[in-house]
Amino acid sequence: MSQATLRIRKMSGHAGPVPGAGTQRELQVCKLIDVTTCIGCKACEVACLEWNALPYRETLFENTYQTMPETAWNFWNLIKFNEYERPDGSLMWLMRKDQCMHCAEPGCLAACPADAAIVQYANGVVDFQQDHCIGCGYCVSGCPFNIPKFNSSTKKVFKCTFCSDRVSEGLEPACIKACPSGCLHFGTKDDMKELAAQRASQLREHFGFPNAGVYDPPGVGGTGVIYVLHDASNPEQYGGLPKNPAIPWVVKLWKGPVKWLGNLAIAGGIIAVTLHYLRYGAKIVKEDNRAEGGQP
Amino acid sequence: MSSGRTLPLSSAAGASGQRLLRYTLAERVNHWIATLSYIYLLLTGLAFWSPYLFWLVIFSGGGPAARFWHPWVGLLFTASVLYMYALWRGDMLLTPADLVWRRSVLSYIRNEDEHLPPVGRFNMGQKQFFWLMLGGGVLLALSGFGLWFVDALPWSLRYLRYLAIFLHVVFALATIGGFIVHVYMGTAVVRGGFTSILRGEVSAGWARLHHRLWYDQVTGASSRKK
Ligand code: HEM
Ligand code: SF4
Ligand code: SF4
Repeated sequence: MSQATLRIRKMSGHAGPVPGAGTQRELQVCKLIDVTTCIGCKACEVACLEWNALPYRETLFENTYQTMPETAWNFWNLIKFNEYERPDGSLMWLMRKDQCMHCAEPGCLAACPADAAIVQYANGVVDFQQDHCIGCGYCVSGCPFNIPKFNSSTKKVFKCTFCSDRVSEGLEPACIKACPSGCLHFGTKDDMKELAAQRASQLREHFGFPNAGVYDPPGVGGTGVIYVLHDASNPEQYGGLPKNPAIPWVVKLWKGPVKWLGNLAIAGGIIAVTLHYLRYGAKIVKEDNRAEGGQP
Repeated sequence: MSSGRTLPLSSAAGASGQRLLRYTLAERVNHWIATLSYIYLLLTGLAFWSPYLFWLVIFSGGGPAARFWHPWVGLLFTASVLYMYALWRGDMLLTPADLVWRRSVLSYIRNEDEHLPPVGRFNMGQKQFFWLMLGGGVLLALSGFGLWFVDALPWSLRYLRYLAIFLHVVFALATIGGFIVHVYMGTAVVRGGFTSILRGEVSAGWARLHHRLWYDQVTGASSRKK
């Protein structure tokens, strides 16, 4: 992004147009996670902890290979392990790297009341700015993916940053860098969508996964993290990936019509009492009202 | 004498220089705990409510401090309305006299109070406001708990959190409506009301005009039948 500002617009003593004139640069970054080639090695989990210097967190063993039940304020990248029984009775692992999806229309951001506690960069990355966060937890309600996690001692919320510090310097996120199987890819959104579509059709045509497809849910405007799934018709089986994620309707109602109606009602109330005063004024008590008050 | 402002006292009415105790010290202290805590909740709540009002957090030491104290002050507010309930519940039940009064509520709005039938210690509008704040205080506390401890509710119970947000907002708005009218009536319209909740006293004429049945009761006046 920073280099984009140094693109040359004019050139002295140059014959013809400036090289590259008229070309466009795709700013949207994207991670592509091909769950069909994930081997469950958790290198991405470790890379995330290391790059982001996240403090140690105890793992929780629940009779699966999964490190802990869900992501945590200091554990942003979690491989979800799910055992799936094929129709013929044989078993198969479904492993999915869970992290912030970097929604194009982020519910966390829509719900947040604090000035600039959540930002979305021009490259699509959604990033929390903890120094602006007031710790209300509204983002937790806004997110359809159960991602923002509250640290109850600092009262701040954390999640995957898409390694925005690396990406802004032209590097891939740490998880991508660490993946040994090639299941994680990083690039522009357009490129990743194309690669994902290619892989999905390969799975459908040559590997016997007729329902293989790409997960880029339109309910949140598409995501900055997309998946290739063996069975895109049932994303829930990959550790609870929602089928049609959207900002919860309660949150939309609250941040939309309720807000406007509420503002109108408050302003209307203040205007009404002001008008009442201008028209009727105060109730004046006459002390010699023995005979009147209460006498119809 | 408690009156900060002069009521048009008339000597013709004999005993009308008399002052009546309307609110005890405990009632007044409790009322002001409720008021101040409510105003704090209102200012911080409105800051969370709208980005255009987020600057209101400066009154409470910034966003994180506002978020930290809002629930605690909320508990104080709810405790004070519960104590108010203990103090006033007997006076706040709707009576047949209120229903008669209600038919003339337009006269009340138009300040034609001479035409109003007599009511007791509180009129129907005051009683409704009391029940609104009591219900609001309890429901805001309950829903507030759903928002307070962010990581207490697991993902599977997220609908409780959605419900809590919604109820909290709706009841906050309902109490704000009541609050606007209450403050307006108590300061601008019903002159003498503000003094009464500060110093506890009202004039006899005030009591006769606004709360005739209560006046009869506390003075033992037999001028009219209850
Ligand atoms: C025991 C009572 C209460 C508790 C425990 C409580 C707690 C909370 C909590 C935890 C929040 C979340 C947001 C935040 O603090 O940043 C909140 C928001 C809010 N509270 Fe309360 N509260 C209480 C009473 C009240 C009262 C009496 C009002 C009336 C003005 C009020 C108005 C609000 C408003 C307007 C919001 C923001 C809603 C929004 O962002 O749309 N609260 N409250
Ligand atoms: S907890 Fe922080 S980031 Fe989340 S909604 Fe509240 S202020 Fe915004
Ligand atoms: S996945 Fe959740 S936390 Fe991430 S951008 Fe979307 S709504 Fe926000």
